Amino acid sequence: MNQPPVLEAASNGKRLAARGSWTVANAAALERLLTGLPQADGFVVDAADIVHLDTFGAWTIERVIRNSRAAGHALALVNVPERYNDLLGEVEAASVEVPEAVRRRGVLAMLDGIGRAVFAGIDDLTSIVAMAGAFAIAFGRAIRHPRSFRPTSIVSHLDRVGWQAIGIILLITFLIGAIIAQQGIFNFRRFGAQDYVVNLVGILVLREIGVLLVAIMVAGRSGSSFTAELGSMKMREEVDALRTMGIDPVEILVLPRVIALIVALPVLTFIGSMAALVGGGLVAWFYGGMSPELYAVRLHDAVSVHDYYIGLIKAPVMAAVIGIVACSEGFKVTGSTESLGLRTTASVVKAIFLVIVLDGLFAIFFASIGW
Amino acid sequence: MPEAVQPVVAIKDLVVDFGAQRVLDGVSLDVQPGEILGIVGGSGAGKSVLLRTIIGLVGRQSGTIGIFGEATEGLSEAAWQAIEHRWGVLFQGGALFSSLTVRENVEFPMRQLMRLSDRQMADLAMIKLEMVGLNAVDSAKMPSELSGGMTKRVALARALALDPEIVFLDEPTSGLDPITAGEFDRLIRTLQQTLGLTVFMVTHDLESLSTACDRIAALADGKIVAEGPMATMLKSEHPWVKQYFGGRHRPGGNGSS
Repeated sequence: MNQPPVLEAASNGKRLAARGSWTVANAAALERLLTGLPQADGFVVDAADIVHLDTFGAWTIERVIRNSRAAGHALALVNVPERYNDLLGEVEAASVEVPEAVRRRGVLAMLDGIGRAVFAGIDDLTSIVAMAGAFAIAFGRAIRHPRSFRPTSIVSHLDRVGWQAIGIILLITFLIGAIIAQQGIFNFRRFGAQDYVVNLVGILVLREIGVLLVAIMVAGRSGSSFTAELGSMKMREEVDALRTMGIDPVEILVLPRVIALIVALPVLTFIGSMAALVGGGLVAWFYGGMSPELYAVRLHDAVSVHDYYIGLIKAPVMAAVIGIVACSEGFKVTGSTESLGLRTTASVVKAIFLVIVLDGLFAIFFASIGW
Repeated sequence: MPEAVQPVVAIKDLVVDFGAQRVLDGVSLDVQPGEILGIVGGSGAGKSVLLRTIIGLVGRQSGTIGIFGEATEGLSEAAWQAIEHRWGVLFQGGALFSSLTVRENVEFPMRQLMRLSDRQMADLAMIKLEMVGLNAVDSAKMPSELSGGMTKRVALARALALDPEIVFLDEPTSGLDPITAGEFDRLIRTLQQTLGLTVFMVTHDLESLSTACDRIAALADGKIVAEGPMATMLKSEHPWVKQYFGGRHRPGGNGSS
């Protein structure tokens, strides 16, 4: 069916006979044919024997005609089979202006990139603050009208962000507690201070690692799913539908999610911290030879109730940040699937970054009040 | 070279179940080369399922489907791909790739399946876009910036990207206003003549059926209940077909009978 395209001089020299399949399958061969075309006046191309012609073939012929015309020669197409007339006419009418993409290079592009990044950063910050404000307003309204708290929604989100996360959080924090204890014992042993591993594990876990690990896990696990959910609702105009019904999307979508996170994160932090202490205790027992009773007594001496409070005080604040960042990113999703992916990534990255910055600020604060 | 004219698509006794529900119950239908065939049927009658079964997106319980004279049963991956390169599909919602511009959407099948230079692909894509009535400015837009009518046009240009022998259109005029829909019908007609296409079109639109289609097949109760040109439809005794083409679409509406 497919025959190689041919363009060859017929008897009198000024007549070129086209034959074969002028189709996209023979694109390379066609391209070769045309580069060798004579540039002179008075040539005619005889199309009578073209077996197949598709858009690409028609465009190739049209390009030859346009090129020779541009070079000041006249080239005519003769004996065109009836069935190709429409297609050739359509291609002849095509203007084929391919818009050139604007591309900057060098220093200018770099400056351009820096400028855009700065403004994007400012925009990000504003949008997070704006979402925090919208959340605060919705929360305030919900306190005045407790009906708008939507307990069913909150409970269902609690189930997903809290209850279903317990397993993985237990596992990860247990392992991290065990690893910290092992490293502590291994390194403290060199100067005979291995008993202080209890102080290390206790303070580190209760003050920092417990809440930080759990917050990072939750940002990755629940923050990303919030962004993806709200983002696809935005794409499918569900958010617009809510708005036109006179329902505040923040109240119905953001409020229950963020409240669920604020409730769940302290609980998960408590569970995670306990698991880490157990992990540390087991390693201290089997690897450091410290009995569980002794571990418990030393732990009691090593940590104060403040250490425990500090971890728990940080948890709801971090939860609010994760939830608000996730929801604001979700609402920024536009029509394309690509933006959904970008926003979900941005949500997790920003939430983890902010959680760590916040942890640093808390450390400064608690140090200055002497806890 | 054509002996007896061979149908482009030959469907015989096609049965498709969704779970316990029988959607298509013995559909037999031929699509002749160069014709525009319209499939009508009530919502949920299985029109889209029929289309999706032909193009291999939905599995079947029994029956045979022949495309370009080849049985699709037990085809090798390569043979199936060769068939896929010879058709174009316009999905109901357009199914444009949302992360690519309009022109990149049309170039996409060429980029994946053909060995062409960037310049050649851009030229071809622009020709296709101009054929469906779009210009250079539109070609740089993202799918999310397009109106419903433009989305359908771009989807049609993409379906035509590989110069297919047959295009499958799933409700090409749904969601368009009557004027835009009418233009789209004429566009399909023109392109069909220009490119020598065969068109398989699922539609709800009476106007499309009468202006664009050469032949109509009505699908009801999982079977083809009437088949032929508009005149045959109008004479059909099947209650659904009668109601559909008889002008009384809504019980209690302002129908004449």
